[in-house]
Amino acid sequence: MSMNILGAEATEEKAENARLSSFVGALALGDLVKSTLGPKGMNKILQSASTGEINVTNDGATILKAIQLDNAAAKILVNISKVQDDEVGDGTTSVCVLAAELLREAEKLIAQRIHPQTIIEGYRIASAAALEALEKSAVDNSADPVKFRQDLVNIARTTLSSKVLSQDKNYFSNLAVDAVLRLKGSTDLDHIQIIKKVGGKLTDSYLDEGFILDKTIGVNCPKRLENAKILIANTSMDTDKIKIFGARVKVDSTGKLAELERAEREKMKSKVEAIAAHGINVFVNRQLIYNYPESLLAEKGILTIEHADFEGVERLSLVTGGEIASTFDRPDLVKLGQCDLIEEIIIGEDKLIKFSGVAAGQACTVVLRGSTHQMVDEAERSLHDALSVLSQTVKETRVALGGGCAEMLMSCAVDNEAKRVMGKKAIAVEAFSHALRQLPTILADNAGYDSSDLVSRLRAAHYDGQSDAGLDMDQGTIGSMRQLGITESYKLKRQVVLSASEAAEMILRVDDILRATPRKREAV
Amino acid sequence: MAEHQALYATDEYGRPFIILREQGRKVRTHGVEAIKQHILAAKAVANIIRTSLGPRGLDKILISPDGEITVTNDGATILSQMEVEHQIARLLVQLSKSQDDEIGDGTTGVVVLAGALLEQCEALLDRGIHPIRIADGFDRACKVAIGHLDKISDTIEFSAADTGNLFKTAMTSLGSKIVSKEHEKFARIAVEAVMTVADLDRKDVSFDLIKVDGKVGGSLADTALIKGVLIDKDMSHPQMPHTVRDARLAILTCPFEPPRPKTKHKLDITSAEEYRKLQQYEKEKFTDMIKRVKDTGANLVICQWGFDDEANHLLMQNELPAVRWVGGPEIELIAIATHGRIVPRFEDMTAAKLGKAGLVRELTFGTTRDKMLVIEECANTKTVTVFVRGSNKMIVDEAKRALHDSLCAVRNLIKDNRVVYGGGAADISSSIAVAKAADEIPSIEQYAMRAFASALDSIPLALAENSGLSPIETLTEVKSRQVNEGLSTLGIDCLGKGNPDMKEQFVYDPLISKRQQYLLATQLVRAVLKIDDVIIAGQAED
Repeated sequence: MSMNILGAEATEEKAENARLSSFVGALALGDLVKSTLGPKGMNKILQSASTGEINVTNDGATILKAIQLDNAAAKILVNISKVQDDEVGDGTTSVCVLAAELLREAEKLIAQRIHPQTIIEGYRIASAAALEALEKSAVDNSADPVKFRQDLVNIARTTLSSKVLSQDKNYFSNLAVDAVLRLKGSTDLDHIQIIKKVGGKLTDSYLDEGFILDKTIGVNCPKRLENAKILIANTSMDTDKIKIFGARVKVDSTGKLAELERAEREKMKSKVEAIAAHGINVFVNRQLIYNYPESLLAEKGILTIEHADFEGVERLSLVTGGEIASTFDRPDLVKLGQCDLIEEIIIGEDKLIKFSGVAAGQACTVVLRGSTHQMVDEAERSLHDALSVLSQTVKETRVALGGGCAEMLMSCAVDNEAKRVMGKKAIAVEAFSHALRQLPTILADNAGYDSSDLVSRLRAAHYDGQSDAGLDMDQGTIGSMRQLGITESYKLKRQVVLSASEAAEMILRVDDILRATPRKREAV
Repeated sequence: MAEHQALYATDEYGRPFIILREQGRKVRTHGVEAIKQHILAAKAVANIIRTSLGPRGLDKILISPDGEITVTNDGATILSQMEVEHQIARLLVQLSKSQDDEIGDGTTGVVVLAGALLEQCEALLDRGIHPIRIADGFDRACKVAIGHLDKISDTIEFSAADTGNLFKTAMTSLGSKIVSKEHEKFARIAVEAVMTVADLDRKDVSFDLIKVDGKVGGSLADTALIKGVLIDKDMSHPQMPHTVRDARLAILTCPFEPPRPKTKHKLDITSAEEYRKLQQYEKEKFTDMIKRVKDTGANLVICQWGFDDEANHLLMQNELPAVRWVGGPEIELIAIATHGRIVPRFEDMTAAKLGKAGLVRELTFGTTRDKMLVIEECANTKTVTVFVRGSNKMIVDEAKRALHDSLCAVRNLIKDNRVVYGGGAADISSSIAVAKAADEIPSIEQYAMRAFASALDSIPLALAENSGLSPIETLTEVKSRQVNEGLSTLGIDCLGKGNPDMKEQFVYDPLISKRQQYLLATQLVRAVLKIDDVIIAGQAED
């Protein structure tokens, strides 16, 4: 007889039940996303329950984020895929699928009465062996700029080939590589601005050398300006309040009020004078600019742009080399931004401001065009994935081969390792290699090829010493991935194996799920 | 329970429905009945965490009321997060918490032991032994066991240069956690962290100087020990330099804003003249603040509060990189690490109060714009930060908990360098000693002492069970070998290394940890045995 020590509605799942519920949750999630894997993977429609908005995507992280889950193990998988997204940007589906496959194998082993800790030991040996093999196969071309660029283009192509942009992957991979190389080693992707405008076709998208700000030029200002000297500011140009706490205006007559108002105006005027003293002809402010200062500035022939948000201001300062100023008493100390030409341009129906001929250029703008909102959104996600992977590759320059090649390579290494392991662990090591082989299998399945045939041929090729053999998804045969140029970032592959095995281990170790009483929510 | 709980009735159309009577007032149990109920509850708790014991113990998933997930095998964490409702079960939660506060490790063991002791009580109560006599017997047995622990304990030697033994203790403490994937690395980090901050003369380790910080991404293997301070902040202005060499830090707890008196006040502006004056005053105040900081020779400002846009830009113009919104504990840590003084007012700013650090730099992570600030090569070398990485949020949290446990284990050794052997060796040995002592007692307590001895066996039993060994067989074999060969170092060979001698497997447990487990468990059992009634106050009938 047991006693209920937990609160009402709290539940406890023990041993077999707990494991069953973890496995079921994780496998269901893995099966859900696995059809999106690879160049021939399919998309999913996500519909929001509250707004009915539709989203078409094949990005693992986006899909998983949208699903409401109530299963603990599944939540862990969602979390690793999110971390993969934050860390590398791509491979979010792979990591989830691999973790699910590892658990699928583990389930079989547990059915054979092998202790979970023994399976974990085996998995640890296996993942170490896999990573070692991966590291050995990684190639570093960073010394040779031409080759390295080729590597980057290849990675971008591989990443994009499974996305909506695959039609125009050559175009976009070059675009992405150019954008990332402009960052000069920084991984802050916020410096690459992506402007989405519906209309036109995907190939109408372009990388702008200058910088485009999605804002409009103030009224009464010229729409085109050459040799711009820009002051980038973050200051209030509305009323410019007194900041001393508790200050308030208290007057006893209308006359005094008018006087005060004049003083206020004068304050603003002197601020404008101070700003003008910088010798500028363009003034960009993060905050609003009220009509009065705007007209004052316009009188002085200064072009004003108001309400450029945080990122806009930051990017602009990076591009033009100016600093973000908030005080204007020392014009000699403030660095101004410069560019050759500022003009208003029109994309689709919208007016934007383009800064061209900029000095520093550590930021850039990509304008994406596409026929529908969903299309442009998905294109943005795909491009973001590619950009993230590239920016990480610039840091960790080694590359591995894609198309199931790296997985098969690791799987073979793990198989070899399994032969040397003594005890029950060896079965778990083999299971790990089997799980790794599932990735090329799924790739082939998604493309509608005979996966058993292809994968066994692939394995044979690897044992024959063709360490660069992979699946050629266009021909449906085995090919040399190096010749086909299907490469992926080493960091990505490494992270996939690491995260998946850590997550699988974590889920395997669990033998009890305690669910507290759900917090009562007030009905809305 | 003679009343009917449900009533069968029909409505006017003849459809049947059932009226359920609100459950009536619960019958209060008291006396031996109550104690038995309590024992049952305690057993339920112990059974939940029993499977987490030992190097091959398993984890639990805890789902909070908001659906947040925690995966852990730390006894204290499991119990504190599982939202126990039952009163006696809550006592056990407290028990593991006090072990956690006092020792930091062995939180699962103490609950398993308490559960086993209570289980033994049940049989004794059935025999009609008074609860207090049982408790007295347990006390005597506990004394014997602790005396025995002292006897079998070994002193292990360590010094700043030779930390081999500390390392082994850290390994034992980490063995049961998920971080055993990077077992050696974490153990090394734990030892190094403790040894860096330890005051070996005073035998004290201040945990305030060790900060454990985590961030998802990478893998457990990327976890690192940083000799300095890590804060989850970045420079206040994007164009400030991202690295500062030979930093002199001004550590401020006052905002870069015009001063505001604490008393509530209003400042009335009645004329344009006043308005202008105020405006002037405000401007001067800002320049003055910056000047004061600049004059001391500082080249980095750490501030607990925010800055105004204007102040921010002035700082930037004066080449004073600044960090804002740094939390209270972090600011203290920075002050300790850099030998700086926390300055509450700009007027108090002097050069002597600046902190010093060799290098301050920003770290960036992954594809999001996450930034952290590392302060390294500090004036005070005795501050460290362990920076935990892992592939998901749960694993990072669990690694942090595991690290905390092992830090505690190492600290305990520095405080008191006596150890007993783990793997149940010390428990089996004490059990034998208690059983022997029991026979010499003339009173009824004899029974209680025997029961205590069997309860002590529960830890090795659970260890064997979790390791997939046949528990009773293994235990009896080890026990007989301990008695026959007189070796108190034999324990359960959980990892299948083929040698049950824990001394050779280097499985150490600090003596104080084990002793605390016995003491706390016995105390709790006494408390439970003394309760014969639970009265819930303030629950009105409605």
